[in-house]
Amino acid sequence: MTIINRQGMHARPAMQIVEISNRFKSGIKIRKGSMVVDAKSIMQVMTLEAVQGTVLVFEAEGADAGEALNALAQVVAEKFQED
Amino acid sequence: MKFQDFICRKALIANLEATTTRGVLEEMVAALVKAGKLSESMHKGVLDTLTSREKKATTGFGNGVAIPHVKHKAVTELIGVVARSSAGVDFAALDGKPVYIFFLLLSPPDKPAEHLKAMENIFRNAQKEHWRRFLQQADSAEAIWELLVEADEEAIV
Repeated sequence: MTIINRQGMHARPAMQIVEISNRFKSGIKIRKGSMVVDAKSIMQVMTLEAVQGTVLVFEAEGADAGEALNALAQVVAEKFQED
Repeated sequence: MKFQDFICRKALIANLEATTTRGVLEEMVAALVKAGKLSESMHKGVLDTLTSREKKATTGFGNGVAIPHVKHKAVTELIGVVARSSAGVDFAALDGKPVYIFFLLLSPPDKPAEHLKAMENIFRNAQKEHWRRFLQQADSAEAIWELLVEADEEAIV
Protein backbone atom coordinates (compact mmCIF):
# COMPACT_ATOMS: atom_id res chain seq x y z
CA MET A 1 0.00 0.00 0.00
CA THR A 2 1.20 3.50 -0.73
CA ILE A 3 0.83 6.29 1.78
CA ILE A 4 -0.94 9.02 -0.18
CA ASN A 5 -1.93 11.70 2.32
CA ARG A 6 0.23 14.79 2.21
CA GLN A 7 1.45 14.77 5.81
CA GLY A 8 2.46 11.11 5.63
CA MET A 9 1.95 8.65 8.46
CA HIS A 10 2.38 10.99 11.44
CA ALA A 11 1.12 10.21 14.92
CA ARG A 12 -2.63 10.37 14.36
CA PRO A 13 -2.68 8.08 11.29
CA ALA A 14 -0.18 5.79 13.00
CA MET A 15 -2.52 5.51 15.99
CA GLN A 16 -5.35 4.61 13.61
CA ILE A 17 -3.23 1.81 12.18
CA VAL A 18 -2.41 0.56 15.68
CA GLU A 19 -6.01 0.77 16.88
CA ILE A 20 -7.37 -1.08 13.86
CA SER A 21 -4.66 -3.73 14.12
CA ASN A 22 -5.44 -4.33 17.77
CA ARG A 23 -9.06 -5.11 16.93
CA PHE A 24 -7.88 -8.31 15.27
CA LYS A 25 -6.42 -11.48 16.71
CA SER A 26 -4.03 -11.98 13.81
CA GLY A 27 -0.42 -10.96 14.11
CA ILE A 28 0.15 -8.02 11.78
CA LYS A 29 3.46 -6.76 10.51
CA ILE A 30 4.37 -3.77 8.39
CA ARG A 31 7.35 -3.96 6.10
CA LYS A 32 9.24 -1.03 4.57
CA GLY A 33 12.16 -2.28 2.53
CA SER A 34 14.17 -4.49 4.87
CA MET A 35 12.53 -3.01 7.97
CA VAL A 36 9.73 -4.89 9.75
CA VAL A 37 7.60 -3.56 12.60
CA ASP A 38 4.68 -4.79 14.69
CA ALA A 39 1.52 -2.99 13.53
CA LYS A 40 0.08 -3.21 17.05
CA SER A 41 2.87 -1.12 18.60
CA ILE A 42 2.73 2.67 18.23
CA MET A 43 6.37 2.92 19.31
CA GLN A 44 7.36 0.71 16.38
CA VAL A 45 4.95 2.04 13.77
CA MET A 46 6.24 5.59 14.30
CA THR A 47 9.74 4.50 13.33
CA LEU A 48 8.61 3.74 9.75
CA GLU A 49 9.06 7.38 8.77
CA ALA A 50 6.43 6.88 6.10
CA VAL A 51 6.24 10.12 4.15
CA GLN A 52 3.82 10.64 1.29
CA GLY A 53 4.68 8.15 -1.46
CA THR A 54 6.17 5.51 0.85
CA VAL A 55 5.22 1.93 -0.01
CA LEU A 56 4.39 -0.22 2.99
CA VAL A 57 3.69 -3.96 2.84
CA PHE A 58 1.15 -5.18 5.40
CA GLU A 59 1.29 -8.84 6.39
CA ALA A 60 -1.27 -10.55 8.61
CA GLU A 61 -1.30 -14.07 9.91
CA GLY A 62 -4.27 -15.65 11.66
CA ALA A 63 -7.95 -16.48 11.34
CA ASP A 64 -9.05 -12.87 10.73
CA ALA A 65 -6.06 -11.88 8.59
CA GLY A 66 -8.15 -11.07 5.52
CA GLU A 67 -10.52 -8.81 7.39
CA ALA A 68 -7.63 -7.05 9.10
CA LEU A 69 -5.87 -6.31 5.82
CA ASN A 70 -9.10 -5.03 4.28
CA ALA A 71 -9.67 -2.64 7.17
CA LEU A 72 -6.08 -1.38 7.02
CA ALA A 73 -6.17 -0.96 3.23
CA GLN A 74 -9.33 1.09 3.58
CA VAL A 75 -7.97 3.57 6.10
CA VAL A 76 -4.79 4.09 4.06
CA ALA A 77 -6.79 4.59 0.85
CA GLU A 78 -9.05 7.08 2.63
CA LYS A 79 -5.93 9.11 3.51
CA PHE A 80 -6.75 8.69 7.21
CA GLN A 81 -9.52 11.24 6.63
CA GLU A 82 -6.94 13.91 5.81
CA ASP A 83 -6.20 16.22 2.83
CA MET B 1 18.17 13.14 11.87
CA LYS B 2 20.00 13.59 15.16
CA PHE B 3 18.76 14.98 18.47
CA GLN B 4 21.48 17.58 18.20
CA ASP B 5 19.84 18.87 15.02
CA PHE B 6 16.60 19.91 16.69
CA ILE B 7 16.74 19.67 20.47
CA CYS B 8 17.35 23.02 22.14
CA ARG B 9 20.12 22.41 24.64
CA LYS B 10 19.47 25.62 26.55
CA ALA B 11 15.85 24.67 27.22
CA LEU B 12 16.39 21.18 28.70
CA ILE B 13 14.61 20.62 32.01
CA ALA B 14 16.00 18.03 34.41
CA ASN B 15 13.53 18.58 37.21
CA LEU B 16 10.04 19.52 36.11
CA GLU B 17 8.01 21.17 38.81
CA ALA B 18 4.68 20.68 37.04
CA THR B 19 2.37 17.85 38.06
CA THR B 20 -0.34 18.24 35.41
CA THR B 21 -0.51 17.93 31.62
CA ARG B 22 -1.08 21.66 31.11
CA GLY B 23 1.63 22.45 33.66
CA VAL B 24 4.24 20.30 31.90
CA LEU B 25 3.46 21.84 28.51
CA GLU B 26 3.56 25.32 30.02
CA GLU B 27 6.93 24.74 31.67
CA MET B 28 8.46 23.32 28.50
CA VAL B 29 7.15 26.09 26.23
CA ALA B 30 8.33 28.69 28.74
CA ALA B 31 11.82 27.13 28.65
CA LEU B 32 11.86 27.47 24.84
CA VAL B 33 10.81 31.11 25.09
CA LYS B 34 13.51 31.76 27.68
CA ALA B 35 16.09 30.07 25.46
CA GLY B 36 15.10 32.38 22.62
CA LYS B 37 13.66 29.61 20.41
CA LEU B 38 10.12 30.95 20.57
CA SER B 39 9.05 34.55 20.73
CA GLU B 40 6.96 35.77 23.62
CA SER B 41 4.11 36.47 21.21
CA MET B 42 4.00 32.82 20.12
CA HIS B 43 3.94 31.52 23.67
CA LYS B 44 0.20 31.30 24.20
CA GLY B 45 -0.72 30.14 20.70
CA VAL B 46 1.74 27.26 20.80
CA LEU B 47 0.70 26.28 24.31
CA ASP B 48 -2.99 26.26 23.43
CA THR B 49 -2.38 24.16 20.32
CA LEU B 50 -0.36 21.65 22.33
CA THR B 51 -3.01 21.49 25.03
CA SER B 52 -5.88 20.88 22.62
CA ARG B 53 -3.80 18.23 20.84
CA GLU B 54 -3.38 16.37 24.13
CA LYS B 55 -7.11 16.64 24.81
CA LYS B 56 -7.91 15.03 21.48
CA ALA B 57 -5.55 12.14 22.04
CA THR B 58 -2.77 11.70 24.55
CA THR B 59 0.82 11.57 23.37
CA GLY B 60 1.71 9.54 26.44
CA PHE B 61 2.59 6.55 24.30
CA GLY B 62 3.63 4.30 27.18
CA ASN B 63 6.73 3.20 29.12
CA GLY B 64 6.91 6.51 30.96
CA VAL B 65 7.43 8.53 27.78
CA ALA B 66 5.27 11.26 26.25
CA ILE B 67 5.90 13.03 22.97
CA PRO B 68 3.70 16.13 22.83
CA HIS B 69 3.94 17.63 19.37
CA VAL B 70 2.17 19.97 16.99
CA LYS B 71 2.64 21.58 13.64
CA HIS B 72 2.34 25.30 14.02
CA LYS B 73 2.40 27.92 11.27
CA ALA B 74 4.42 30.36 13.37
CA VAL B 75 7.25 27.81 13.57
CA THR B 76 9.79 27.90 10.74
CA GLU B 77 12.19 25.16 11.81
CA LEU B 78 11.95 22.02 13.94
CA ILE B 79 12.15 22.89 17.62
CA GLY B 80 12.48 20.21 20.26
CA VAL B 81 13.10 20.05 23.95
CA VAL B 82 13.38 17.26 26.52
CA ALA B 83 12.18 17.38 30.11
CA ARG B 84 12.27 14.93 32.95
CA SER B 85 10.07 14.62 36.00
CA SER B 86 11.55 12.74 38.92
CA ALA B 87 8.14 12.08 40.50
CA GLY B 88 6.29 11.25 37.29
CA VAL B 89 3.19 12.98 35.92
CA ASP B 90 -0.29 11.64 35.22
CA PHE B 91 -0.39 12.43 31.50
CA ALA B 92 -3.32 10.09 30.67
CA ALA B 93 -0.80 7.74 29.05
CA LEU B 94 -2.05 4.84 26.94
CA ASP B 95 -0.71 2.32 29.46
CA GLY B 96 -2.06 4.29 32.42
CA LYS B 97 1.42 4.72 33.90
CA PRO B 98 3.03 7.98 35.02
CA VAL B 99 5.23 9.81 32.53
CA TYR B 100 8.81 10.67 33.47
CA ILE B 101 10.30 11.76 30.15
CA PHE B 102 8.84 14.30 27.76
CA PHE B 103 9.99 15.02 24.23
CA LEU B 104 8.23 18.13 22.94
CA LEU B 105 8.39 18.76 19.22
CA LEU B 106 7.17 21.78 17.24
CA SER B 107 7.24 21.51 13.47
CA PRO B 108 6.48 23.82 10.56
CA PRO B 109 3.32 22.58 8.77
CA ASP B 110 4.98 22.58 5.35
CA LYS B 111 7.79 20.16 6.21
CA PRO B 112 6.10 16.82 6.96
CA ALA B 113 9.19 14.78 6.04
CA GLU B 114 11.36 16.64 8.55
CA HIS B 115 8.70 16.12 11.20
CA LEU B 116 8.59 12.38 10.54
CA LYS B 117 12.39 12.15 10.65
CA ALA B 118 12.51 13.78 14.06
CA MET B 119 9.66 11.58 15.30
CA GLU B 120 11.41 8.47 13.99
CA ASN B 121 14.49 9.41 15.98
CA ILE B 122 12.53 9.99 19.18
CA PHE B 123 10.47 6.80 18.91
CA ARG B 124 13.45 4.65 17.93
CA ASN B 125 15.48 5.74 20.92
CA ALA B 126 12.51 5.72 23.32
CA GLN B 127 12.21 1.98 22.71
CA LYS B 128 15.60 1.32 24.29
CA GLU B 129 14.89 0.35 27.85
CA HIS B 130 18.35 1.09 29.23
CA TRP B 131 18.44 4.51 27.59
CA ARG B 132 15.01 5.37 28.99
CA ARG B 133 16.16 4.32 32.42
CA PHE B 134 19.25 6.54 32.27
CA LEU B 135 17.15 9.44 31.03
CA GLN B 136 14.69 8.93 33.86
CA GLN B 137 17.61 9.22 36.29
CA ALA B 138 19.28 12.18 34.60
CA ASP B 139 19.12 14.89 37.23
CA SER B 140 20.86 17.69 35.35
CA ALA B 141 20.42 19.29 31.95
CA GLU B 142 24.01 18.29 31.19
CA ALA B 143 23.23 14.62 31.93
CA ILE B 144 20.23 14.73 29.60
CA TRP B 145 22.31 16.32 26.85
CA GLU B 146 25.01 13.65 27.20
CA LEU B 147 22.39 10.91 26.75
CA LEU B 148 21.07 12.63 23.63
CA VAL B 149 24.57 12.91 22.19
CA GLU B 150 25.22 9.27 23.05
CA ALA B 151 22.07 8.22 21.20
CA ASP B 152 23.18 10.28 18.18
CA GLU B 153 26.56 8.61 18.16
CA GLU B 154 25.09 5.12 18.44
CA ALA B 155 23.00 5.85 15.36
CA ILE B 156 26.12 6.58 13.33
CA VAL B 157 27.81 3.27 14.14
